[in-house]
Amino acid sequence: MMRGLFQLTWLEIKIFLREPLGAIGTLFVPVAVFLVVGRAMNRGTGTPRTPGGLEFMQTGLPVMVSVFMAISAVISLVTIISIYREGGILKRLRATPLRPYTILSAHVLAKLLFTAVTLTMMILAGRRFYPAGLQAPVISFAFALLLSTLAILSIGFVIASVVRTARFAQPVSAIVFYPMLGLSGLFVPVEALPAGLQWVAKLLPMTYVVSLLSGIWTGESWFAHLGDLAALAVFGAIFVAISARVFRWE
Amino acid sequence: MAVSTRSVISVAGVRKTYGQTIAVDEVSFEVRDGEIFGLIGPNGAGKTTTMECVEGIRKPDRGSISVLGLDPFRDVYQLQDRIGVQLQQAHLQKRIKVWEAVHLWASLYKKPVSHGERLLEQLGLGDKRNAWFMTLSGGQQQRLFIALALINDPEVVFLDELTTGLDPQARRAIWELVRGIRARGKTVFMTTHLMEEAERLCDRVAIIEHGRIIDVDSPQALVDKHCPDRSVALTTEAPLAEERFRALRSVTDVTRDTARFTIHGRGDGFITEVIQCLAEHQMRVGSFRTEQPTLEDVFLKLTGHSIRD
Repeated sequence: MMRGLFQLTWLEIKIFLREPLGAIGTLFVPVAVFLVVGRAMNRGTGTPRTPGGLEFMQTGLPVMVSVFMAISAVISLVTIISIYREGGILKRLRATPLRPYTILSAHVLAKLLFTAVTLTMMILAGRRFYPAGLQAPVISFAFALLLSTLAILSIGFVIASVVRTARFAQPVSAIVFYPMLGLSGLFVPVEALPAGLQWVAKLLPMTYVVSLLSGIWTGESWFAHLGDLAALAVFGAIFVAISARVFRWE
Repeated sequence: MAVSTRSVISVAGVRKTYGQTIAVDEVSFEVRDGEIFGLIGPNGAGKTTTMECVEGIRKPDRGSISVLGLDPFRDVYQLQDRIGVQLQQAHLQKRIKVWEAVHLWASLYKKPVSHGERLLEQLGLGDKRNAWFMTLSGGQQQRLFIALALINDPEVVFLDELTTGLDPQARRAIWELVRGIRARGKTVFMTTHLMEEAERLCDRVAIIEHGRIIDVDSPQALVDKHCPDRSVALTTEAPLAEERFRALRSVTDVTRDTARFTIHGRGDGFITEVIQCLAEHQMRVGSFRTEQPTLEDVFLKLTGHSIRD
């Protein structure tokens, strides 16, 4: 039973939007990055000026912005959870008929919703400014992004469990997530890495996120990415199981 | 007030440890229907741990607790509908509005929001409906927490260090609210480290120190039992005053600084005897003041140190 889930989710969304910096950072910065970078590479002519630019604009940039969107959602969640814990807010909410998982689910839902809204804005902006480049299966991609966000949110919960104070939650999450991107295939294809690093990349959930998102964006079938989905499901299950054991409410 | 002897909370032999530290041990007491019961002691004595075990937030390592006939840890969700809780040092989301918190709570307890709105008015928060939690003063935050604790019309209300950090004026206002809760027929279980608060508010108190209950009774009974000594300070120029005071049966000691006397004694009849003596010998008295020991003195007597140490 999830008594209060929707009320709490709606409330958390409103509360989040009342903090101007957080709201702007989450909703508008990714769209702005997408537009600014896209425009810089595609000034006026409609054809990219750098070699490989077209491909980057059509696939690399949207995927990259999406991955950053997912990571920023996770970091924001970790930060909120630790602030709530430090202030005794989690404890206060838990001493109501709200079930513990309802409280956490409300935050996850709120983050997924923000991710969906930002993605929609990004795609609308893309349609408006680069009509040629975007033929991507938008609905499938949105779904893939939400699944990816969910998978890395589970890592967020482990971080939120281990890091006790709100002050360290943000830097620790950044240290966990951003270096992972270097090996994820986002900047350099995994196949182009040295053999040892390829092996490390295969152990990182972000690699599967990038593979799934780029594949779906370029129109590949879900079937071709069953491996990515399975890997993300396994990572998700492991991290959820860990955080269920170590999560602290106060 | 109509305090019955039916127990709504009974705690027997409760022990709770955190790692190597024993937070509370062998804690036993009963809270009766309709009373304000106070758990009093210095910070770190085990008040909050005890209360959180009773609320079902923590599981005791040993012992048994029954609240309204339920096991608070096992039946926590059943119990939640019948108790109201205010936690020590809890906060709400910084930017949650007062009415939003009240509406959320009302929906969680399946109560009409009108009841919550009425509570806001009664607690003097009507004009703060649209204010963010972070903008409320300490006293307003506590009043909001009282409103939230009362929203499900609970049978038992738990208040943990309700007035800590409030100025004296806000504190007195909160005391009135707590008496109002009792007047509605509810049982109040509170903790405080302020002896004055316990003395003014509580029908009965349990004194806790180093995780153990030292004694349980009404503040007056505790004072009578542990600090039976009273004193009268008076000034008189009457001849033979000192001898006459010393001759009284209940007097234990008399000290004197010229015309200023301090008469020590014990027992119910002590003050009456002094007054009768003054009247009998027609002694003119310049000033007359009786001094009653307080819970503070009881605490000092029982623990060997002041609660503020």
